[in-house]
Amino acid sequence: MVTDWLIHAGLVALYLFLAMVIGLLFMGIARKITARIQNRVGPPIYQNFLDLGKLLAKKTNIKHNWIFDFAPLFGLGGVLLILAYLPMGGYIMLSGQGDLILLLYILAIPALGFALGSGASGNPNAGVGVMRALTLMLSYEMPFLIVILSLMIFYNTASLSVLLQKQMNYLWGIAALPISALAADIALQGMMAEKPFDIPIAPHEIASGPLVEFGGKYLGLLMLYSAGSIVVETSLFVDLFLGGGIVLNPTVYGTLAYFVNYLVWLALIFVVWMIAIFVNAVFPRFRIEQAFKFYWKWPTVIAIAGLVQAYVMSVFLGVVP
Amino acid sequence: MNENPLPSIIPDKEWKKIQRMLSKRSLWMIHFCTGCGAMEMPPVMTSRYDMERFGIIPMATPRQADLLLVTGYVATKTLKRIVRVYEQMQDPKYVIAFGSCPINGGIYWDSYNIIKRLDKYIPVDMYIAGCMPRPEAIMDAFLKLMKDIDEGKANGWMRYRKYYDQYRRNQMRIFKRWDE
Repeated sequence: MVTDWLIHAGLVALYLFLAMVIGLLFMGIARKITARIQNRVGPPIYQNFLDLGKLLAKKTNIKHNWIFDFAPLFGLGGVLLILAYLPMGGYIMLSGQGDLILLLYILAIPALGFALGSGASGNPNAGVGVMRALTLMLSYEMPFLIVILSLMIFYNTASLSVLLQKQMNYLWGIAALPISALAADIALQGMMAEKPFDIPIAPHEIASGPLVEFGGKYLGLLMLYSAGSIVVETSLFVDLFLGGGIVLNPTVYGTLAYFVNYLVWLALIFVVWMIAIFVNAVFPRFRIEQAFKFYWKWPTVIAIAGLVQAYVMSVFLGVVP
Repeated sequence: MNENPLPSIIPDKEWKKIQRMLSKRSLWMIHFCTGCGAMEMPPVMTSRYDMERFGIIPMATPRQADLLLVTGYVATKTLKRIVRVYEQMQDPKYVIAFGSCPINGGIYWDSYNIIKRLDKYIPVDMYIAGCMPRPEAIMDAFLKLMKDIDEGKANGWMRYRKYYDQYRRNQMRIFKRWDE
């Protein structure tokens, strides 16, 4: 009994650690690819590990208040919580009834922790950045919620593990609901704060926004936070629309299935991340009201079309996955 | 720098070497463009010379930066901002003075409101002479600074801690007041 518990805890720790490593590696790959697109050489892909090590090894003497000290831990803890709820390659760490709805709630925790800390620093740039981040959140959540709703209607479940099971048995979400997948991918660009929507952390306008007062170890923790959130966001899309990368049924193939599924999941989140990076490398930045208008116009319309498709397919045509 | 987290496993000397290796390979830079250098910095950052291949990227705020570039002449009013920016940076931090003016005043050698030697007010680790230095010279300075950090020679931040009173006395001779 105790050994089972220990094995489970060890596996969870391993998965969370690997997620952080993958996030940092992805950030390095993104920098290299952006550099190649801009006809530069670019840093080595392990550059972000060096950056992280440097930041954690720096002396840090920033003093504001205890909320400021607490915020990076809050953000990082929130990201780890979400990672534990998202199946990575089919391995389910934490789950429960209706965890798709729970996920929508806890997705806001790290961003709120981050906003808390930067607000506590009292820097006006941080305040502007937090305001922009929350407005952006309001804009992209509109299409994203409609997309989640259409998935729930089509697959007739609010549980991530059941959703993965049904996608494995029937069809991946991107094949069944391509319109919703498109809307979700546009929403994802804003969720990751990549280039057309990197309004909250615009370095040239508001001096990197919420990050403005963080330095040294604080920034190191926030770098881990953003590495984790890359995995969270790409993995969210993969779990919702690409079947979580599950190609082999774990009940039939056992441990081998977990291994293969993890690799497939890794390849799929890499593809989703690359789409975001290629868009990021060539676009300029929206203003916040442009981003708001864009999100409540086009992705919302696309998402509503997807909702209609899901409703018609499941209610009138009687498609039951 | 930070204390050794595992003194029983890593010897102190090795820990310092690791720290120097890390801070050498990821210098985050803030450039304080006082008047010049706005033409020479973009080619260094972008695809012509591409400083990101050495891990040097421009940062927006002093809190996140390790390397302060003071480009061009330093007026007495600007000096106060430079000192503030320098003091907000986290240790270990390095300074590169850029152009002839921070070395000896340059063409402003007899001006009434330009300081002549930046080194009297904040510790400078590397000078680039020239009016203006070309991007090649800037790349060369970055590489030399990386070598100095590796050998433990770039220790201006330690000097600033050790001789803080002297630096502060020199600064106050210029400022008279801190709050204006």
